[in-house]
Amino acid sequence: MLELKNISFKVTDGNKQVDIIQNLNLTVQSKKFVVVTGPNGSGKSTLARIIAGIEKPTEGKIFLNGEDITEKNITERANLGISFAFQQPVKFKGIKVFDLLKLAAKKKLSFANACDYLAEVGLCARDYINREVNSSLSGGELKRIEIATIIARKTKLSIFDEPEAGIDLWSFQNLIGIFESMRKNISDSSIIVISHQERILNIADEIIVIEGGKVSRQGAAEEILPQIIGTDSAVQSCKKMTREA
Amino acid sequence: MFKFDEIQKRLFAEVANLHQVPEGAYNFRVNGQLASRNNTANIEIVSKEDGSGIDIHIKPGTVNESVHIPVVLSASGLKEVVYNDFFVGENCDVVIVAGCGIDNCGVQDSQHDGVHRFFVGKNSKIKYVEKHYGSGDGAGKRILNPVTEVHLGENSTMEMEMVQIKGVDSTNRKTLANLKADAKLFVRERLMTHGVQTALSAYHVSLDGENSGADVVSRSVAKEKSFQKLDLKIIGNAPCHGHTECDSIIMDDGKILAVPSLEANHVDAALVHEAAIGKIAGDQLIKLMTLGLTEKEAEEQIINGFLT
Ligand SMILES: Nc1ncnc2c1ncn2[C@@H]1O[C@H](COP(=O)(O)OP(=O)(O)OP(=O)(O)O)[C@@H](O)[C@H]1O
Ligand SMILES: [Mg+2]
Repeated sequence: MLELKNISFKVTDGNKQVDIIQNLNLTVQSKKFVVVTGPNGSGKSTLARIIAGIEKPTEGKIFLNGEDITEKNITERANLGISFAFQQPVKFKGIKVFDLLKLAAKKKLSFANACDYLAEVGLCARDYINREVNSSLSGGELKRIEIATIIARKTKLSIFDEPEAGIDLWSFQNLIGIFESMRKNISDSSIIVISHQERILNIADEIIVIEGGKVSRQGAAEEILPQIIGTDSAVQSCKKMTREA
Repeated sequence: MFKFDEIQKRLFAEVANLHQVPEGAYNFRVNGQLASRNNTANIEIVSKEDGSGIDIHIKPGTVNESVHIPVVLSASGLKEVVYNDFFVGENCDVVIVAGCGIDNCGVQDSQHDGVHRFFVGKNSKIKYVEKHYGSGDGAGKRILNPVTEVHLGENSTMEMEMVQIKGVDSTNRKTLANLKADAKLFVRERLMTHGVQTALSAYHVSLDGENSGADVVSRSVAKEKSFQKLDLKIIGNAPCHGHTECDSIIMDDGKILAVPSLEANHVDAALVHEAAIGKIAGDQLIKLMTLGLTEKEAEEQIINGFLT
């Protein structure tokens, strides 16, 4: 279980203070698949970065399974069981897909297991396992590798930041399948997905809407989804595609 | 047969990845002396008459063979200049492994200046691997100043892998190449310096023949108080393609000077250079830390990857 208590995140822009996140309270129970949505720039990625320990909140406390982790660094949180798939995957020089999966799995990873993780995200392992994680891979391929590293970690809490961004419509169907099966096999872990996609919101147990750095709505998916459908917080995939085209 | 001690064996393993006597032709040099040599039907190694080095003759049409010529220095205070000349016939396809390891536990400097010259015949393909390595905690310096000269005949190809990752206090590397028509040169250089080491590496590649091409890529990491100067020059004298890339990671109080330069003397010479120096990208460190690595472990992984 993850609890955020009264989290604020302020930055100084020139000589004025900007509130990115304001007094945010949030609880994510175990066994729950939670989707976080909200307009662009509302603070969703910042919130995820605060949970992963990449940003330090200016105020407030974070608890993981009852333990105060506010002062823990990124590595410690990762080892306590937090995984975070970036909105923009990081590129490397000379580090291969297999290397990254090995680092993620934190143990000896057989070639066959690594291939299974890639297959789960719809990549033909043979074609990718020895590729470098650099700009020779497309945005969508990098995104899927990013998701595969999180699957390989098998942690109690996984956060995915806009996993569908940059993935084509056909692959999007597969992606939905990945998240549906994650939900089915959730056992006692928790999954947080940041997304605007109706198809992903449909899988949610719970939906959280962030606006202007605050939680504006939160509740069971059946309750929240009808309120936001058709807004920017819940776009249908084809609508978004045409809009972005 | 010469008996290698443990230090010498370790140096051979480091520089030539040799854990046993290799197949094919070889020439092992230890502390300034010939230790062991093997010739094959197609590859003949002979000592120069004045004792200044060796000539390696590779017969035309020699394929799938290798030559190992590693050098180790394990006594303190040795200084040597060695000339190794390779005469490669036409239509060959061979692998050449050189490299020098110095272990210096003493107070005097040890220095090996190897001059390698390659005369490559038409249509031949060479893969050249050269690794430099230093160890030992004596106050004496480990110094390596290799000069590599490459003359590529028509339609020949040379792929060079030059690695110096550890323990060499001072190095001044010079690589000169000239290419005839359709010849191709690929260079992958990997350098890492630490402590107060200095490394100078200069390339001077002349693309003289029509449709010749060179791709010279140097990646380096300068740690602690070390200094590097990378000087990559390509000259296009004919219709040709040349590319140099010099990509460096700077850490701690390191200093790096990158001096890429291009000279075109023909209207159809297409030359490109790229140079970048920067510290390890913060988002790369963060990503690996979110996988549970410490900052130091993340740094090691990033550098290892970068230098492979
Ligand atoms: N360290 C920072 N310094 C200054 N501004 C920041 C910083 N971090 C985030 N911001 C700003 O905070 C706001 C929220 O950013 P964030 O990336 O969290 O939004 P988001 O909800 O994820 O948006 P999107 O849907 O576009 O991904 C943005 O206006 C962003 O520019
Ligand atoms: Mg975002």
